[in-house]
Amino acid sequence: MLQGIGWLDSIGPRLQRAFVEGERWKLYLQGLGVTLELTVVALIFGVLLGLVVAVVRTAHDQQRLGRKNPVLGVLNVLCQIYTTVIRGTPMLVQLYIWTFVIFPSERNKVLVGFIGLGVNSGAYVAEIIRGGLMSVDAGQSEAGRSLGLNYFDTMRFIVIPQAFKNILPSLGNEFITLFKDTSLVQAIGGAEMLYYASTIGGRTFDYMPPLIGIAAMYLVVVILFTWLQGKLERRLRESDRR
Amino acid sequence: MIDVKNLSKSFGKHLVLDNISEHISPGEKVVVIGPSGSGKSTFLRCLNLLEEPSGGSITFDGTVITDPKTDINKIRRQMGMVFQHFNLFPNMTIRKNITLAPVRTGLMKQEEADETALTLLKRVGLEEKENSYPAQLSGGQKQRIAIVRALAMRPKLMLFDEPTSALDPEMVGEVLEVMKELAEEGMTMVVVTHEMGFAREVGTRVLFMDGGKILEQNEPHAFFDAPREERTREFLSKVL
Repeated sequence: MLQGIGWLDSIGPRLQRAFVEGERWKLYLQGLGVTLELTVVALIFGVLLGLVVAVVRTAHDQQRLGRKNPVLGVLNVLCQIYTTVIRGTPMLVQLYIWTFVIFPSERNKVLVGFIGLGVNSGAYVAEIIRGGLMSVDAGQSEAGRSLGLNYFDTMRFIVIPQAFKNILPSLGNEFITLFKDTSLVQAIGGAEMLYYASTIGGRTFDYMPPLIGIAAMYLVVVILFTWLQGKLERRLRESDRR
Repeated sequence: MIDVKNLSKSFGKHLVLDNISEHISPGEKVVVIGPSGSGKSTFLRCLNLLEEPSGGSITFDGTVITDPKTDINKIRRQMGMVFQHFNLFPNMTIRKNITLAPVRTGLMKQEEADETALTLLKRVGLEEKENSYPAQLSGGQKQRIAIVRALAMRPKLMLFDEPTSALDPEMVGEVLEVMKELAEEGMTMVVVTHEMGFAREVGTRVLFMDGGKILEQNEPHAFFDAPREERTREFLSKVL
């Protein structure tokens, strides 16, 4: 009983040390900023990369018989190797390889984080987009092609816009995964949210408040994002009933 | 206009088209009928290479379109196609559905394409739907728009793949009416259909397909009044 009260008594000073002293709360916000930046840049990078990979792989699979393009064949193999290797190895191992093997002299670890996360995300997004492209009724691209549109115009104006609606839920999911995976960048020394929380924990010899604090911050962002995503999906679905 | 020589198509081990040779002249309205699975849709889809033939050759206006070196997009611009399930683009307005291909293929500027769209829409009585989306239209309206979309490319030939099979019975008439007008204007047409009335009235030639072959063909009145083959008689007795 007494001990319980003692714990309560000490919580005030502990929070004070973890968040208020030396304006430490600013560091958490700074970390959150870097975390969000990592997420958004990596996702944009991942979506662009994923789109290219998905279009190459879909284009390869939809070639006319007897008209196999050798360049597309080579690209397709490269894309397959890329998705297989990235999806088949742990993200943390990939980050270590980027940091210690590929860019050992790069001091901006957040930059390495952008690359590591973006390349990783691209492989997953590629599969999401490929699934989305395949979910569009074959009659749609047949109609486009029968009008004389070429493959890429058919993709650009007809298939991709329709696929976008179908992949939005999975893409949102990827955003959430990526957002939380940014914490791995701490392990290569990138100053994101977890990095500041562990530094502060070490300095005050008290890890509980900073860790619970950033866990809450991750959670709030994810809840906020899920809500926004739901709103966007409802709006897109409304346009179907126009 | 179209010359088909020894056309075969198989899906895996299943032979769908068995060595078909056929010639279609300008101005003809060829109606293809036959039981389901007879290969009539596949035959039609081979004509613009939506299906890649397994063997044989197809020539359109002197160009061998089955030659891998032929730019099939250029050929397809001259052949309109109308599908059973309309296949309008749900993410675009009706006007955009119609003008996308003429503009993107460089056939027309946007303003010219808009004018063409409006003229064609007036012809099928749907000019007020210009800014609607496909989801707001009935099946019959969608199919009339699909015909207009194909016509906007000013094709030399129109292919129809069971254009009324997915429609409510009361909407079949309005689509057939549009097709009939098109036929009267002299458009070359190849129509796969189950509408025997249309075949008899509009067709200049009826092809009966079964088992991947053209079993019998004739001018429509002779075809329906005096079918020669036993298989044709059996089919007609079921559908007429």
